[in-house]
Amino acid sequence: MQTNRVKAPLVHLSRRDTLPLWHKAVIRLAAFILGMAVCGLVALLLIEKLRLDPSRMGEFYQSFIKGSFSTLARRWKFFKNVAVLLCIALALTPAFRMRFWNTGAEGQTLMGVLAAVAVNFYLGGKYTNGRVAWPDWSLLVLMFAASLIAGAVWGVIPALFKARWNTNETLFTLMMNYVATFFVSYCLIKWVPSGSSSLGKLSSGKLPTVFTGLGKSQYSDYLLIIILVGLVTALVYVYLNYSKHGYEISVVGESERTARYVGINVNKVIVRTMLLSGMLCGLAGWIIGAGLDRSVTTESVGGQGFTAIMVCWLAKFDPIMMILTSGLIIFLNLGADQISTTFDVSGAFPNVIIGIVLFFIIGSEFFINYKINFRKKETPSVTK
Amino acid sequence: MKKLLSLVLAAVMAIACMGFAFAEGETIKLGVILLHDEDSTYDNNFINAAKAVEAELGIELVLRRNIDESNACYEVACELAEEGCNIVFADSFGHETYMIEAAKEYPEVEFCHATGTMAHTEKLDNYHNAFASIYEGRFLAGIAAGMKINEIKAAGQLKGETPLIGYVGAFTYAEVISGYTSFFLGARSVCPDVTMKVQFTGSWYDETEEANAAKALIAAGCDLISQHADSMGAPSVCEDANIPNISYNGSTVEACPNTFIVASRIDWAPYLKFVCEKVAAGEKFDYDYTGTILTGSVKLTDVNTAAAAAGTVEAIEAATAALNEGSLKVFATDTFTVKGEALTSYQADVDTDDAYTPDTEVINDGEFSESFFRSAPYFDITIDGIELLNTAF
Repeated sequence: MQTNRVKAPLVHLSRRDTLPLWHKAVIRLAAFILGMAVCGLVALLLIEKLRLDPSRMGEFYQSFIKGSFSTLARRWKFFKNVAVLLCIALALTPAFRMRFWNTGAEGQTLMGVLAAVAVNFYLGGKYTNGRVAWPDWSLLVLMFAASLIAGAVWGVIPALFKARWNTNETLFTLMMNYVATFFVSYCLIKWVPSGSSSLGKLSSGKLPTVFTGLGKSQYSDYLLIIILVGLVTALVYVYLNYSKHGYEISVVGESERTARYVGINVNKVIVRTMLLSGMLCGLAGWIIGAGLDRSVTTESVGGQGFTAIMVCWLAKFDPIMMILTSGLIIFLNLGADQISTTFDVSGAFPNVIIGIVLFFIIGSEFFINYKINFRKKETPSVTK
Repeated sequence: MKKLLSLVLAAVMAIACMGFAFAEGETIKLGVILLHDEDSTYDNNFINAAKAVEAELGIELVLRRNIDESNACYEVACELAEEGCNIVFADSFGHETYMIEAAKEYPEVEFCHATGTMAHTEKLDNYHNAFASIYEGRFLAGIAAGMKINEIKAAGQLKGETPLIGYVGAFTYAEVISGYTSFFLGARSVCPDVTMKVQFTGSWYDETEEANAAKALIAAGCDLISQHADSMGAPSVCEDANIPNISYNGSTVEACPNTFIVASRIDWAPYLKFVCEKVAAGEKFDYDYTGTILTGSVKLTDVNTAAAAAGTVEAIEAATAALNEGSLKVFATDTFTVKGEALTSYQADVDTDDAYTPDTEVINDGEFSESFFRSAPYFDITIDGIELLNTAF
């Protein structure tokens, strides 16, 4: 008789069955807390004011709350920022579900901003016979249409190339961002004869004050934006999960061959979906260009088109989950900004904080999908 | 003796009372809105000034970095006002319209804006513009440039027949035009046959474009380079190519020990101090503020004697004295011509309007009155001797 011991590895991974929802939530929460703890350690090492006076650690964590929620103005800003980011992320979702990697939300949104501002610039504040030629409501409608069209055009160009010549959509949409940025620069040079390339806030095309009694007229605009994006969230959710189009998108995403086999016109679905994706980016552009800034710069979207990709992925392309993930990212952003102010740290440090926390949250997905098995205590196993 | 003693006592009392008055009222809180952060030489210049004032006056300082020229600026200005700032200051041109909006909502808070143009037409009690007569600093730096070129010429090392300066500019905007023209006039005041080529980048901060522009100018035969843009692009290229460089915003001598001559910059501390003291005293102040050499707002760095021509320091000192007493004027109309003719009348766009209409006669008493009708520059004329290589920006 021979004993043959097979040595099991110390650690091995196995794929998990689907975990219950609460279990996933616990893992993600743990990751968030761990990430915040590591942030604290890094901050303690890198921020001079904390190193000299570690008792201010409490203030460090309070800054996160303070950044988003300490005053009424900040609470409004938080929810408005979440709405804008969410809108861009919603725009990406149909494309991503189709496995069409639209990295061009930045440019599509910027074109939406530019279109809205262009309409306002050329038609707003003009008089015919002593009367305003285009009252604000008509301007807003035109701006809305222009933004949606501009976003859709910017989105559909790469889709047409993909459908016709099978070009790489990731690179194509990415490059369209730069074209959009330079197009904005060009327009600013044309529009501002003084040469400063700074248009400033236009006085026409103001959103009507729909809600009163909120404190400031600005909050009425913010509430309007929040409601609008809430509506869009519901619509996108229904479209993706309960419509024939949504089903086709999923099938094309799973396998183009299967889609063809069951008689789906793949090219048509690609083009149609990118039209929608671009149009929703255009909507976000309208929110920024007409609702908030009433002006355009090359920084009008400020990288949110890329941040939205993260929002989308973290939520696994689920529109409802995206409310949470965009909330998380805005919470981290505003908190990190507050830390920069409170502890007088410059530059990239806020981004380091955001990076660390996101790293932990993305890392936690691993523990949701896989189980780590440690070698059990030596139990004699005898084989023949 | 008694008289002296009582005088000293009175002086001590007065100072003590002043200190007391400052300490007794609530501490002044200054909020500063910055377009970028320390990485940009432009914003860093503001941060240093604000911190100097914080240390000197014991005020409370709040810095808000990386604030875009958008609704974000309005939001942050409101937050600062709500969170107890007596003064909200913004550093970038594009912040202006959003600052004005916030100023209208918080009349009890003073809103101050660097480089802006609209305070004197908006006429809000609590909204102010500020700038400095940086053209004087540029003129002085230009003298250092002219002397260096004279030295190169005397050594027979000019690249072309006649001396040529290259200038990297951001935008074809009055602030930049006023800057390079005064620089050129300073150079020509000591080197009469010099001419200048200007290459624009279309950005206030674009390291690659600024480096490319400097390379192009060097290739076109320039003997010396200067710039009005905020990165290290042009100075670094000059150091590599061993071409003398006049810098802006601050000294670049550490990175460019062989080629850096001198730099001019605006010191914002005197203005911030002025505003804090006015607010502490409960006094109102004007729509515009133009800092000068005399207020300490226009500064030159130390001259790098390793690269500068002999006698540069003394020449700058002499010219500074002449500017201060008024015997020397930077934009005297007998020192330049436009299309071959002397300028006797010019309407500048001083009051901002949608159509950018020229509205104010600015030639007075044989001089272009720069930064007089408002603090931000409005000299936007191309004079003879300066060639613009690209004007798209």
